[in-house]
Amino acid sequence: MEDAVSVRDLVVERGGRPVLRSISCAVPRGAVTGLLGPSGSGKTTLMRAIVGVQTITSGTVTVLGRPAGAPELRRRVGYLTQAPSVYADLTVRENARYFAALHGRGHVEADRAVTDVGLGAAAGHLVGTLSGGQRSRASLACALVGDPELVILDEPTVGQDPVLRADLWAQFHAMAAAGTTLLVSSHVMDEAARCDRLLLIREGRLVADDTPDAVRAATGVEDLETAFLRLIRANEAGRDGAAGAEKS
Amino acid sequence: MNPRILAATTGRILRQLRHDKRTVALLVVVPTVLLTLVYYMYADQPVRPGQPSTFDRIALIMLGFFPFIIMFLVTSIAMLRERTTGTLERLLTTPLAKLDLLFGYGIAFGLAGVVQATVAAAVAYWLFGLETAGASGLVILIAAVNAVLAVALGLFCSAFARTEFQAVQFMPVVVAPQLLLCGLFVPRGEMAGWLQAVSDVLPLSYAVEALQEVGAHADPTGTMWRDTAIVAGAAVLALVLAAATLRRRSG
Repeated sequence: MEDAVSVRDLVVERGGRPVLRSISCAVPRGAVTGLLGPSGSGKTTLMRAIVGVQTITSGTVTVLGRPAGAPELRRRVGYLTQAPSVYADLTVRENARYFAALHGRGHVEADRAVTDVGLGAAAGHLVGTLSGGQRSRASLACALVGDPELVILDEPTVGQDPVLRADLWAQFHAMAAAGTTLLVSSHVMDEAARCDRLLLIREGRLVADDTPDAVRAATGVEDLETAFLRLIRANEAGRDGAAGAEKS
Repeated sequence: MNPRILAATTGRILRQLRHDKRTVALLVVVPTVLLTLVYYMYADQPVRPGQPSTFDRIALIMLGFFPFIIMFLVTSIAMLRERTTGTLERLLTTPLAKLDLLFGYGIAFGLAGVVQATVAAAVAYWLFGLETAGASGLVILIAAVNAVLAVALGLFCSAFARTEFQAVQFMPVVVAPQLLLCGLFVPRGEMAGWLQAVSDVLPLSYAVEALQEVGAHADPTGTMWRDTAIVAGAAVLALVLAAATLRRRSG
C-alpha cells in the first residue's frame, strides 16, 4: 500500500541556516510512527512541512497522494501544534464544537472527542483556567475531532501524568487499528518503544528510519535510548570519515 | 466561503466576547459616560437660532466614532491573539477559507458595534434630547458601517504588529488623523488645500459627512447614500488587503 506521507530530499532553511538537510522518509498508513529527536533537531519543522504550513527550500512532500498543503488535504489531515492552540476564553466544549463545525461535524462528535482525551469532567471549564497538561489535551481533542485520515501530533504527551500518557498512547493505537495514520513527535526516548515505526532526526538529518525491533537488532542493545546513542555516534563517525576522505 | 463555517466562526467570536463580561460592560457603558460628559460640557453654551446646538452637532458625530475607535482596538487585539497563540495557523490547516475568518470578524464585531451604537443613540436621543432632522435608524446604520470598516482596518493592521503593545500603537496612527481631519474640529471646506486632500482619502470623513446629512435633512439624501457606500467600499478594500496578509505557509 502507498505510504501516507512520503518526503523526498526535503531541505528547509530559515534565515540562511539549514533546519532540515535533505531528509527522505516515509510514514506508513494505519500505524503510529514516532518522530524522535532532541529539542531543536527539526521535528516541528518536518511536521509543519507535512501539514503544508512550512515554506520549504527544496524537495517534495507528498501527503495522501497529494502535494503537502493541497486544499483538499485540509479536511483529511489533523494537526496538533506543540504549543496548545485553542481559545483560552472559550470552554473546552466550545473549542471542540467550533473545530468540529469547521470539519462539518456536530456536537456529538465534539463532545466525544473531549471525553476521549479525558476532559469530560472539565468540558464546561474555560481553557484559560486549566493546567498546562489539560490545555494541551483540549488542543488534542480539537485536532482529532474531524476524524482525520492522517494525524500529525507535535509532542502530545508533554506534561501529562503517567496514567494519562498511557491512556493517550492506547487511544493512538486504537485509532491506528481503525486505519488512521499517526505521526507523533516526542523528545522522550521511552515513548519510542510505544511506536510501530521510528524516525530519529538530529541536527536536521535523518539518523534512523526503522521499527523499534530493527533498531534494537541493528545496534545489539535492548534500550532504545542507548541504541539511538550508538546510531548517532556511528552516523557522525561515518560523516567525519566521508569528510576526511573528500579532503585527502 | 462556506456559510456553515462562516456561521460557526461568527458564533465562536461572539461567544469569546460573551465570556468577557467586563469588556461587554465597558463597550456598553463607556459611550454613555462620555455622552454625559459632553452634554454637561456644552449645557450652558448659547445656541444660535436656526443652528443645531453644539451638543447635537458633536453627539451625532460621536455616535459614529464610538464603534469606529472601539471595534478597531478590539479587532486588532483579537486578531493579534489569533496570530500569537497559534490558533490562526491551526485554523488555516482546516477547511476554513480566509474570507470565512475575516467576514466572521466583520459580522461578529459589526454586530457588537451595532449594539454599542444603539445603546449610545438611545441615551443621546431619549436622555439628552438629541435632535436630528433625519431618522435615528440611519444614524445607527452609518455607525454599523463604521464598525465594519474599523474591524477591517483592525484585521489589516494586526498583521504589522508583533506584540499587543505595538497593536495598541496603531490606534493613534490609524484613528487619530481620521478624527482630526474628519470635519468635526474644523469644517473640511476651511482647511488648507493639502489637508483637504488628505481628508478626502480618509474614509471617516465620509462617515461624518453622512451623519451630518442625517442631522440636517429629514429624508436620506443622495450624498448620504454615496458617503455610506464609500465607507462600505473602504471596508471591503481593507478586508481584501487583510486577506492578503494571511499566509497559509510561513518560514
